[in-house]
Amino acid sequence: MRQFGGPAILLDRNDINTDEIIPAKYLTEITKIALRPHLLEDLLVDGKAFDHESEAMKKAKVVVARENFGCGSSREHAVWAFEVNDKDVIVASSFARIFRQNMFNCGILAVELKPEEIDQLFAMKGDMTISINLEKNLLLAETAGEKKEFSFEMNSFDRELVGAGGWLAYADSKY
Amino acid sequence: MGKTIAEKIFDAHLREQVSAENMVLDLDVILCHEITTPIAIMDLVEKGMDKVFDPTKIKAVIDHVTPAKDSKTAMQGKIMREWARRHKIKDFFDIGANGVCHALFPEKGFIRPGYTVIMGDSHTCTHGAFGAFAAGIGTTDLEVGIYKGVCSFRAPKTIKIEVEGELGRRVAAKDVILSIIKQLTVNGATDRVIEFSGPTVDKMNMAERMTLCNMAVEAGGTCGICQPDRTTAEYLWPFIQGDYATIDAAVEDFKRWCSDADAEYAKVIKINVADLTPMVTHGYKPDQVKTVTEMAGTKVDQIYIGSCTNGRIEDLRAAAEILKGKKIAEGVRAIVTPATPLTYSMALKEGLIAIFMDAGFCVLNPTCGACLGMSAGVLAEDEVCASTTNRNFNGRMGKGGMVHLMSPWTAAATAVKGVITDPREI
Ligand code: SF4
Repeated sequence: MRQFGGPAILLDRNDINTDEIIPAKYLTEITKIALRPHLLEDLLVDGKAFDHESEAMKKAKVVVARENFGCGSSREHAVWAFEVNDKDVIVASSFARIFRQNMFNCGILAVELKPEEIDQLFAMKGDMTISINLEKNLLLAETAGEKKEFSFEMNSFDRELVGAGGWLAYADSKY
Repeated sequence: MGKTIAEKIFDAHLREQVSAENMVLDLDVILCHEITTPIAIMDLVEKGMDKVFDPTKIKAVIDHVTPAKDSKTAMQGKIMREWARRHKIKDFFDIGANGVCHALFPEKGFIRPGYTVIMGDSHTCTHGAFGAFAAGIGTTDLEVGIYKGVCSFRAPKTIKIEVEGELGRRVAAKDVILSIIKQLTVNGATDRVIEFSGPTVDKMNMAERMTLCNMAVEAGGTCGICQPDRTTAEYLWPFIQGDYATIDAAVEDFKRWCSDADAEYAKVIKINVADLTPMVTHGYKPDQVKTVTEMAGTKVDQIYIGSCTNGRIEDLRAAAEILKGKKIAEGVRAIVTPATPLTYSMALKEGLIAIFMDAGFCVLNPTCGACLGMSAGVLAEDEVCASTTNRNFNGRMGKGGMVHLMSPWTAAATAVKGVITDPREI
């Protein structure tokens, strides 16, 4: 199975919506790669514009936020915007249904931790790396001084989709 | 143990139980628009899977940006047209016949009680007003739907909202749903179907039920759903009269798709709307809702009446009732978009378009328009819009803009005064 994990970026927000992830004006693009420069372009954190072009953002492979991640529109562009920026794990305390489904349909990971566990991630100091062990359902977060491990649950069908490389490949072989 | 509408629909469409929680369902209708479909088509073509499982079950429209505003949107339209032609998709609605998907498709009679419906659009939940299971999905689900006619969902847990009490003067279905979202919060219904029932909903017409179901997703809901009844049968009669001898027979048959009295719900919420007053959103989340009284006097720059939430003929009539013989306030601009060609021509015949124009409104062709800030009616930074749409996210109608969601009555009253205004005062 594919390996997931790497440097993490933490976004201290609930309800990050699809319009913030990829504004509607870019929905006229018909290739995924064209979305690359615009990921999280309209995100507000603490009421201020988020620097979506920072070094930390470029390096990150994992994104951590709080609850109801990906609410709003059904645009899979929101998932692709992460995908084409090489971010293939999102960790949050909950996800909007369509966004979560779109993640697994693309064969990438939406990992749910409990709100208290997300708090613990936010409390860790310094640059963070997160690795995911899919066999054991474990998430390991590491900073220079600290190491924390959390287990998470994963729906068995979602896991199959990740293994199959997404829903289209799965459905094509089966139906 | 009895079953909910959603459970009955799932049972009747089950292709495969793929895990304890997940079911793959057969689909009755796949709806398509030009924002999310072309990229699905391109991907299917690229993968050598350019097929449609059943062209009669696919309905497509160009509605978000129409007529095209630039080369890229023109290309999206072109891909749709060529695809529809290539696969002999008869129900394809192009310029001249097109309108906002969630208003147009019901009007064509495509949605029936007991159906499973998907579309690459989050407000697909609107169609649950007909007693269907209708859910927004992403592009990959759309591709599989087009190609194989199936989609996977988790077992449908349902939140039942029982609404009772008579709505006061100029208090609309929009005010009811805004108050419900305030109570549920933006993720209070995530992974849940929201079943709207009770005497108030039973009395609502299809347009009002669609307004309720349309915003189910703003509370995270998978689908809104109403019990199909005589109102549903009467609305659908022109399309189903070949299937049933009488309307009564249709109503009787629809009972298959009603929830059992002993069905099990994840949650039951009872609300009484007798004292409800007009509502409006503030901030960037649809659960940030206040009464119009609390927000009265807030200055706006633009008024937008339209969309899949409130762009139907009933909505235009409501707004026109207030605008008749009046002018919009100085310093504001106002746009009205009849949601479909039929709505537009009815509004013309009924003299509503004249009322809007005399009041100083710009009348746009049927399209999503300002609703998602992609084409006509985009806001400038720091501008404020009073809108009958469903989503007030940061940047939704243009970067740096603020959107206040409200009913057509409240939007019209606001147009006349230039500030957020209680429609009962006009
Ligand atoms: S009117 Fe707005 S919410 Fe409705 S389908 Fe169009 S863009 Fe989406």
